[in-house]
Amino acid sequence: MYRYDDFDRQLVLERTEQFREQVKRRLSGDITEDQFRPLRLMNGVYLQLHAYMLRVAVPYGTLRADQLRQLGYIARRYDKGYGHFTTRQNIQYNWPKLAEIPDALLDLAKVEMHAIQTSGNCIRNTTTDQYAGAAADEIEDPRPYCELIRQWSTFHPEFTYLPRKFKIAVTGSPNDRAAVKVHDIGLRMHQNDAGEVGFEVIVGGGLGRTPFVGKTVRDFIGKNDLFSYLEAILRVYNRFGRRDNKYKARIKILVHEIGVEEMQRLVEEEWAQIKDGSLRVDDAEIVHYIEQFAPPAFETLSDDDAEFERRKAENREFSNWVRSNVIAHKQPGYAIANVSLKPIGGIPGDATDTQMELVADLSEQYSFGDVRVTHEQNLVLPHVKKADLFSLWAELKNANLATANLGYVTDIISCPGLDYCALATARSIPLSQRISERFSDLDRQHDIGELKIKISGCINACGHHHVGHIGILGLDKRGKEFYQITLGGDASENAEIGKIAGAGFSEAEVVDAIESLVTKYLGIRETGERFIDTYRRVGMDPFKEVLYGDR
Amino acid sequence: MAIVKNDSVIDQEWVTLDAEADLPSGEENIIVPLARFKEERETLIGRNGGLGVQLNPGDVPEDLANDLDRLSIITVNFPAYTDGRGYSYARILRERLGFKGELRAIGDVLRDQILYMHRCGFDAYELKNDDDVSLTKVRAALKEMTVYYQPTGDGRATAASLRERRRAALKSAS
Amino acid sequence: MSLQVVTANRLDDGLVVFLTADGGWSENIDQSRIADGKEAGDALLAEASVPELDTVIVGPYLIEVEQQDGGLIPTKYREVLRTKGPSVRQDLGYQAE
Repeated sequence: MYRYDDFDRQLVLERTEQFREQVKRRLSGDITEDQFRPLRLMNGVYLQLHAYMLRVAVPYGTLRADQLRQLGYIARRYDKGYGHFTTRQNIQYNWPKLAEIPDALLDLAKVEMHAIQTSGNCIRNTTTDQYAGAAADEIEDPRPYCELIRQWSTFHPEFTYLPRKFKIAVTGSPNDRAAVKVHDIGLRMHQNDAGEVGFEVIVGGGLGRTPFVGKTVRDFIGKNDLFSYLEAILRVYNRFGRRDNKYKARIKILVHEIGVEEMQRLVEEEWAQIKDGSLRVDDAEIVHYIEQFAPPAFETLSDDDAEFERRKAENREFSNWVRSNVIAHKQPGYAIANVSLKPIGGIPGDATDTQMELVADLSEQYSFGDVRVTHEQNLVLPHVKKADLFSLWAELKNANLATANLGYVTDIISCPGLDYCALATARSIPLSQRISERFSDLDRQHDIGELKIKISGCINACGHHHVGHIGILGLDKRGKEFYQITLGGDASENAEIGKIAGAGFSEAEVVDAIESLVTKYLGIRETGERFIDTYRRVGMDPFKEVLYGDR
Repeated sequence: MAIVKNDSVIDQEWVTLDAEADLPSGEENIIVPLARFKEERETLIGRNGGLGVQLNPGDVPEDLANDLDRLSIITVNFPAYTDGRGYSYARILRERLGFKGELRAIGDVLRDQILYMHRCGFDAYELKNDDDVSLTKVRAALKEMTVYYQPTGDGRATAASLRERRRAALKSAS
Repeated sequence: MSLQVVTANRLDDGLVVFLTADGGWSENIDQSRIADGKEAGDALLAEASVPELDTVIVGPYLIEVEQQDGGLIPTKYREVLRTKGPSVRQDLGYQAE
């Protein structure tokens, strides 16, 4: 894993000191709230419904054990004993005091963490596949490039006041787990005809009030040229992106309005002028970063572990967990273990201080001190020996962290919604809890199979509802919460924006509505079909009928 | 109002004309908006006195490519600090078109943006504060951060180049 | 006729507060000064928006309330949540006290 050197460390410390001064200036009245707001936002500090919120960056979703342990400490010392993992692979604290935030940031800096790039109209924290460096289907570990993107995009002097925020996601696997097609820039690693590995560059995807699947502006850009190419895209966006209307300011609107061919022309024209400049990264530099993410010291093992097989055969609860939460690893004898933060009836993505500390300990014991955060709001121990899975599971279970529901109907993405968020129009967490309770039976969940429900509490779509197989959007209708259902969304390599099924449902009706959709699917599915497959085959009408009948 | 350049407060020696204002008959130094420069180019470069151009958001800095050596100053207007187009204009003028004259940030120029402006090639800042406060702010802003990841035309060594230098030194020492 | 009170977040800890009769700020909505009608509401908000309060509170605004059982209840659910705390964590916020 990447370790800070003195340059990185110095930068974060200077930033922390700078913010401490800014907070001091604010509390003493030297600067007004209007002057302070952009400064605090650039440091991840929002003012939410009940209190301040601090959003801490987890660059490309990778954490070391000491970092996760420190996140737990911060939850206890500066907050109310918990944190919330977000759909951007970050963590949010809901109750910090402004005067104490500089101290919290200093404690974060001690473990090479910060709140940079978590807010403001800058290039945000880059996200990637949570299984990077471990997945069996991976072409190459995307994290060395993510780290280079992190450095290039941190306090970029030209791109700190963009028309709007800007999100980059990278996948190193053909099975896209990073939702790259619904980001401002999505990078998909692949091999060209000459056998070189590089990136397909997808631009203009996004969710929010105007969702789009991104479009390819370049099928292949080599690794050496990636950064000049990104700079070219950002410069085109900074110059030509709309600034007259906040809701039309994302790059997706620019791409939509001028067309992908014109976008391509502008980017290529700009790139031609800078591609041989100082942003070109040479092979030695790339190798240097690849070495930083070198695989841990795996043992040479057989892929079949008799003890593991015996435990599975003996313990149904364990084998259920393995069935849903354990994923194939590229190294024989190892596996990827997903730690669900979606206990039945719980708050999606929340973890207590002690849970964070426990997962940190377990990662040291079982996973080379490596932990990942997923955009689906779970945690991952990426490198676990199959022989250790049973002991790991037993310890997770004691801490209510072994819910066997990864990818199932109860593994729901949910934004904080009106329970915490100042922008929300409806609550989303209570709805996710009630859906989770309704489908709590594990055999039934397994029978239903992969079904991604995603809930947003407002049109800004932090809960990714547009790309849920079933998406739910909470709105306010004359002071009452009501919920609109979309169907057929998909965040994977086959990305699609879901379609609105029809009129919204009251809070009391919506769980029944979801259940009727699931029942319909079970009734008409063909062998091997997931919900999304059936939907694609039969279309909206059969589902609409169970929701609305003749209405 | 104060203009800070090269670690000191300088006098305002330029008159900025809008699209309609009459051209002064004498040898005053004038700055005109880009649109007017394009319309009255011959007249403007024919008169005595210094000439500068003001860029506003949406302007195309490349339009000045063939006239840069005639211009002593270019002002880039930030109507609101949140409108960051001027950063790109500055880098294009300096790094691509090779403009060597004064590049002055005007408009909503605040302390916390000055370092970014400097990194993009600005060398003068018009602030709304008085002389002393402006100078203090610019000085503080320029030294708040000392580590830079991005290569720009400002000549600062990036973290990557310093790391490279260190690796080379270690290699030659061993 | 609509009853209104002024709410904001306290600058130093960010918690929800309400403008009281004596010009202070309370965590308890029942201690709010009530304005009846638009004019009184505007006057109350103007009082809460003076620059001197910029070092005490952030973002003051008016909310509509109703009197119920001797207490004040906001008419909008969002504001009800602000007087209590997250509905999904009854152990946190003012509702926990």
